[in-house]
Amino acid sequence: MNMIQAINSALDVMMARDPDVIVMGEDVGYFGGVFRATAGLQKKYGKTRVFDTPITETGIVGVAIGMGAYGLRPVPEIQFADYIYPALDQLVSEAARLRYRSAGEFIAPMTVRSPFGGGIFGGQTHSQSPEGIFTHVSGIKTVIPSTPYDAKGLLIAAIEDNDPVLFFEPKRIYNGPFDGHWDRPAKSWAGHSAATVPTGYYRVPLGKAAVVRPGEALTILAYGTMVHVCQAVVEEAGVDAEILDLRTLVPLDIEAIEASVKKTGRCMIVHEATRTSGFGAELSALVQERCFYHLEAPIERVTGFDTPYPHSLEWAYFPGPVRIGEALKKVMRT
Amino acid sequence: MSEESLRPNLPPLALHVPEPRFRPGDPVDFAEVAIPPADAARRPDTSAPAAEFHELAYTLVRVLDEDNQAVGAWNPRLAPEVLRRMLRSMARTRAFDERMFRAQRQGKTSFYMKCTGEEAVAVAATLALDYEDMCFPSYRQQGILITRDYPLVEMMNQIYSNSGDKLHGKQLPIMYSARDTGFFSISGNLTTQYPQAVGWAMASAAKGDTRIAAAWCGEGSTAEGDFHSACTFAAVYRAPVIFNVVNNQWAISSFSGFAGAEATTFAARAIGYGIAGLRVDGNDALAVYAATKWAAERARTNQGPTLIEHFTYRAEGHSTSDDPSQYRSAEEATAWPLGDPIARLKAHLVAIGEWDDERHAAMDREVAEEVRAAQKEAEKNGVLGHGLHQPLDSLFDGVFEEMPWHLREQQAQMLAEEAASGRPWARK
Repeated sequence: MNMIQAINSALDVMMARDPDVIVMGEDVGYFGGVFRATAGLQKKYGKTRVFDTPITETGIVGVAIGMGAYGLRPVPEIQFADYIYPALDQLVSEAARLRYRSAGEFIAPMTVRSPFGGGIFGGQTHSQSPEGIFTHVSGIKTVIPSTPYDAKGLLIAAIEDNDPVLFFEPKRIYNGPFDGHWDRPAKSWAGHSAATVPTGYYRVPLGKAAVVRPGEALTILAYGTMVHVCQAVVEEAGVDAEILDLRTLVPLDIEAIEASVKKTGRCMIVHEATRTSGFGAELSALVQERCFYHLEAPIERVTGFDTPYPHSLEWAYFPGPVRIGEALKKVMRT
Repeated sequence: MSEESLRPNLPPLALHVPEPRFRPGDPVDFAEVAIPPADAARRPDTSAPAAEFHELAYTLVRVLDEDNQAVGAWNPRLAPEVLRRMLRSMARTRAFDERMFRAQRQGKTSFYMKCTGEEAVAVAATLALDYEDMCFPSYRQQGILITRDYPLVEMMNQIYSNSGDKLHGKQLPIMYSARDTGFFSISGNLTTQYPQAVGWAMASAAKGDTRIAAAWCGEGSTAEGDFHSACTFAAVYRAPVIFNVVNNQWAISSFSGFAGAEATTFAARAIGYGIAGLRVDGNDALAVYAATKWAAERARTNQGPTLIEHFTYRAEGHSTSDDPSQYRSAEEATAWPLGDPIARLKAHLVAIGEWDDERHAAMDREVAEEVRAAQKEAEKNGVLGHGLHQPLDSLFDGVFEEMPWHLREQQAQMLAEEAASGRPWARK
């Protein structure tokens, strides 16, 4: 399965298991979503469980909160993560706080799915990585898969979770892993070890990172598309790096991070989102606080630049093999 | 003709900034407020398409006439016992407000908001709903809880953030949550409850349930985007929901003109969405009851949502942090042409021979005593600022269902700080 099929399979499995799971969003119903992630679900589960919505993100999320408070498990889709900002108040002030402010009387169990990230010539409104805005907010979980297997297992865990979850899908790797070389032919998921996806129910727990490549010389912290780009760079450079795929940013697997950095003594953090106040800053601070006496070199952060995501200059913005390779040399030099 | 030669002939454009008609010190004359006779508005069948009664969004549905009789098509013909219960709930609400307002002035809590003059909007609407229906209130509908006989002590515990507070001191005073009483957790962010109410109503419909939802917001916050998102959603899916817009003329110091009242009515917002819209005399408890009953029947029979504008007046300040004498004429509340909702309902009961001044005075004494006793009871659990009423470590409860490591670490840090501080309120 590719990642879209894996996401579709997770929704299918959960809708079959639990009559309270509802899928809603722009174009998700009859058409099956612009990326086809919800294809076939309306036909199978009917229009009251899978339906298109008006184009109002604050409405979509606000309605999902009400549905969750009633006792359903809505899975709303925000068609592109760039359009999540109109729903920011409902997510930040309402979904994230409902359990706390009502002392558990009302909860908002929902999973907001949203394709995110760049590398597809989507310009400034179809490329952003807004995860850092939400990791800053107490009460909301943030999940980002990097493989079809994880996407299905994490999405099932997210739907079963009683807290509001943001599920950001790296759309650059929907159809295949991406090595960061935009001028090379695209790969497909066929043959990839994580593309073997069981058709039935399974969970990948939230809050657990994956070691996608064990190593001794350096720890690389990444998530989403960047996991694959980092793997390619490391292989090409011939560095014995350990790559951690964080999988969930909140809750974060601090034990895995600490254990790895203490073992390798070096740390590099890679994400596509803009640099200033990005999630890499949080990771860097945590590693510094917990592993300072084990570090043999300053922590390196590799990120997108602090500009809006450009259209024609996309590959200059994207933290690709050159930028990651230079950072790798720098952190290994010391 | 060149552009240059055109320009000198054009008048300069002018920006209109609304201004209320009366400011502090001004005499008040509400003669321009159009008040139709009590029996003027027709009552469409609840199955009628919304497009067939647009005029009801521009008039005022009224039941009580100048002689305090219930008249016209909207007369709900309530039994005297129901009317007396309505009156008593409104009186209890007012007595509660007065007591808690004073408690705030005595420093027993940080904040309070009265609903003086608007009691009918919450009380009469609640009586017209089923107990099982879910209310998504704004911050001025304490009358819902009081009408549903939620314990006054529980409300006060919340206001005092004391050891009896079911919300564990996590919410601003008056932002109650009472799930079993059909009262949704109140948010301080305006009108966010509107799409949530629609979602709850849609979920109820999707599950084949029979319960409906009702939401309240002020006229000022109809300007929020969430109001319009909710109207769109509700219209599209014919959600079984009632939207109440409480037009009490003032949003803190901004008069209703800043929400668009000079151009049209708030009930007329419904027309653009294809939603049923009613404009109701919000100080006429029978009209509020009748309109809500009608809207509830529409919702329950899958005719879709109704938007009701309750035309009323905020007789007191926005909150205890507000000073209305700084921005509006002191005469406004007494000159308000639709009177006081409690006085009007009382006059009606007296007019039909079901009430008298003695009984009314006795009722006022009883509710005052009830509220006083509840306050005494609540204060046994403490008041805000007098020591620590919740265990310190509860600060971190409920952020997530299960506490992740970063919160556990911060909790441990806080407890260590507390132990080192020597403060009198050691962890319980």
